[in-house]
Amino acid sequence: MIAPLFFYLFALMTVVSGLMVIIARNPVHSVLFLILSFFNSAGLFVLLGAEFLAMLLVVVYVGAVAVLFLFVVMMLDINIDEMRQGFRQHLPLGLVVGLILIVELMMIFTQDVSSSNVLATNVSGEISNTAMIGSVLYTEYLLNFQVAGLILLVAMIGAITLTMRHREGVKRQVISVQNSRTRNETIQIVSVDSHVAPKVLEDSRAANKQIK
Amino acid sequence: METLTGFFTSPMMVELMWTVAQIFAVIVPLLIAVAYLTLAERRVIGLMQLRKGPNVVGPFGLLQPFADALKLLSKETILPSGASKAVFVIAPMLTFVLSLVAWAVIPFGEGMVIADVNVGILYLFAISSLGVYGVIMAGWASNSKYPFLGAMRSAAQMISYEVSLGLVIITVIMAAGSLNLTDIVMAQKDMWFFIPLFPMFVIFFISTLAETNRAPFDLPEGESELVAGYFVEYSSMSFALFFLGEYANMILMSGMTTTLFLGGWLPPFDWPILYLIPGPVWFALKVALVLFVFLWVRATTPRYRYDQLMRLGWKIFLPFTLIFVVLTGGVLLGFGLLPQ
Amino acid sequence: MSSLIAAARSFLLLEILKGMGLTLKYLFKPKATLNYPYEKGFISPRFRGEHALRRYPNGEERCIACKLCEAICPAQAITIEAEPRPDGSRRTTRYDIDMTKCIYCGFCQEACPVDAIVEGPNFEFAAETRDELYYDKEKLLSNGDRWETEIARNLAADARYR
Repeated sequence: MIAPLFFYLFALMTVVSGLMVIIARNPVHSVLFLILSFFNSAGLFVLLGAEFLAMLLVVVYVGAVAVLFLFVVMMLDINIDEMRQGFRQHLPLGLVVGLILIVELMMIFTQDVSSSNVLATNVSGEISNTAMIGSVLYTEYLLNFQVAGLILLVAMIGAITLTMRHREGVKRQVISVQNSRTRNETIQIVSVDSHVAPKVLEDSRAANKQIK
Repeated sequence: METLTGFFTSPMMVELMWTVAQIFAVIVPLLIAVAYLTLAERRVIGLMQLRKGPNVVGPFGLLQPFADALKLLSKETILPSGASKAVFVIAPMLTFVLSLVAWAVIPFGEGMVIADVNVGILYLFAISSLGVYGVIMAGWASNSKYPFLGAMRSAAQMISYEVSLGLVIITVIMAAGSLNLTDIVMAQKDMWFFIPLFPMFVIFFISTLAETNRAPFDLPEGESELVAGYFVEYSSMSFALFFLGEYANMILMSGMTTTLFLGGWLPPFDWPILYLIPGPVWFALKVALVLFVFLWVRATTPRYRYDQLMRLGWKIFLPFTLIFVVLTGGVLLGFGLLPQ
Repeated sequence: MSSLIAAARSFLLLEILKGMGLTLKYLFKPKATLNYPYEKGFISPRFRGEHALRRYPNGEERCIACKLCEAICPAQAITIEAEPRPDGSRRTTRYDIDMTKCIYCGFCQEACPVDAIVEGPNFEFAAETRDELYYDKEKLLSNGDRWETEIARNLAADARYR
C-alpha cells in the first residue's frame, strides 16, 4: 500500500516541478525546480528497485551538473520580460516538437517492451542490480562504454585547451617553490650591537646633513 | 474505539512506529552530541591556545550549549526585504535535514542500522553532495554580496573535494567488495582499512575537512573578508539550523571516516573480552577521536588561500587518488586478494 | 635531490605534523587565563578607574570648588557649581561627572590642589542604563568613603614620583 502511495507522490512532484521549471518567473527558481524534479525521479528509480541508478542520478545530475547550471544562471543578469517576448512567436514550433516527442513515447510504450533486448538479462534476486549493471557494462557493452569515456575525455581536453591561455607579463606564484622553502633558507638571525649604530643609519644621517 | 486500537496494532502501524522510534533513537543522541561538540570545540581550542574556554555555566561549563541555544532562540528572526523569501527560509531547513537523513544508513553495530541499503555508501555520497544546495540557496536568496561570495566559494570548494572523496571511496569499495556499509565494516574484521589504504585515509580526512568547510578550508565563512560567509543575513532559529547542520555534518563525516577506515563498530583487537563492550560504544569512541582531530587541526592550521585550496584539490589530490585507485585495483587483482 | 627531499617533506605533511605536535603539547600546559570574576590581575597604584571625591579625616570634604578639574577636563565631563557655605567656606553645591564622556585621562586628579577628586582602583562599575553613569556629588562622595583605604594607600605609594 505504501509503495503506490509514494509512486504517486514522486510522480506528481516530478510532473509539477517539471511544469514549474517552465512556468517560474525567476530562472534560479526554475533551476531549483529542475533539481527537485531530478530528485523525485531518483525516488521513482528507487521504487523500481534500481537504487544504483537512483543514487547515480542524484550524485551526477543533482550533485554536480545542476550545481554548475545553478552557478551560471545565478551569475547571469537575465531580464525575464525580454525572454518572454518571443514566447508567442515560437509557440507553434514548440508544440510541434512536443507532439513529435509524445508520438515517439507512445510508439515505444505500445510496443511489447518486455520482449526487447534491453530487459532480456535475467534480474534474479541473488545478484544485486549494481553487480548486474557492472557485469553487463564491462562485458557486453565494453566498447560503447570506453568510447563514451573517450568522447568525454576529448570534450574535457577541448574545453581546457580552449580556455587556457598563458598571458605574458603576469606575475604568478609557484606554489611548489613556496612549499619547498625551509626555515634555514628564509630566516636569517643577526645579532646587532645596540651601542654602535648600524651602517645604514649612519649613511642616512650623513645624507640628512648634506641636505641641510 | 475498537477500530482505533485495531488501527494502532495493525502490522503496518507497528512497523511505522518502530521505525519512528529507531529514528528518534538516532537523532536525539546525535543532537546532544552536536551540542556538546560545540562546547568541546571551544574547550579544546581554548586549551590549545593556553586559555580555559567556557567553564562558568554549570559544572565545567557543561550547560553552556543550552545557554547558547536559549540565546539564539530568544533572538529575532529577520527576513531581509530584498531576499527571495521561500528560498531563504528553505535553505537552512535543507542543510539541517540533509545532515540528519544521512544517518539512516550508518551502522552503529551489528545489524543496528535504520535502513540497511545495498548502495549505502552511494547514498551517503549523494546526500553529502546535496549539501551544497543549502549553501548556494542561502547565499543567493540573501540578496547580499558577502553571502553570495561565500556561497560561490563554498560551492566550488565542495564540488572540487567531492571528486577526490569519490575516488577514495572507490578504493574502499574495491577493497571491501560491496557498496553496503555493514559489509564494508565486516570486511575490516581482520585489518582496518586505514592500514593498507593509509594515504587514502589521510586524503579522505583532509577532503572531509574541506567538505564540511572546516579549518584550514573555512574560506566560505572567512570572517576577516566575508564577515561570516553565506549565513551573514541569518539570525535566530534559521542561523541555529545552519549551525546545527554544520556540526551534524562534521559528526557525519567522522562517522563516515570511522565506517570506511576505522572498522566501524568493531573493537580495535579481535579479543573476545573487547566484544563485551557493545558496538555502538566503540563506534562513538572512534567518532569522538576523529572529531578531536577535526578540532586539533583547527587549533593548529591557518586558513588556506583560495588558489592554494583549488590547487590542492585538483592538482594534487585528484591525480594522486586516481593513481591510487589504479594501484589498489592492480594489487588486489595481482595478488588475488579481490573480495568475492 | 633537494627537490626530491622537499617533495617528500610536503607529501608526508611533516610540517603540519610538527605543528600539531606543538598544539598537542600546549593542550597539557598550565593555562594563562585568569578566572576573572574569581581571580583578578594586579592593579598599579597609578590605575585610573572610577572617580571619587575624598574627605579629610574629620569628615570635611576636601573639594574647595577651585574648578581646576572642570577647566582641564579635555572631554568636558565635569560640571561644578559653587557657593559660600553659612560658615563662610567655599564649597561646591553641584559636582557632576558624566562617566559616559570621561576618557579616564587622569588630568582632573593631577590638577586638584587638595587631592579631592581622584580616580580610584575600581573598574567594575558597569551599569544597565546611561542615567546610572551620570555621577553627582553624593555618588562621588560615597565612592570616596567606600574606597578611601585603597585610595589613600595608592596615593601614598605613588607620592614620591609626583
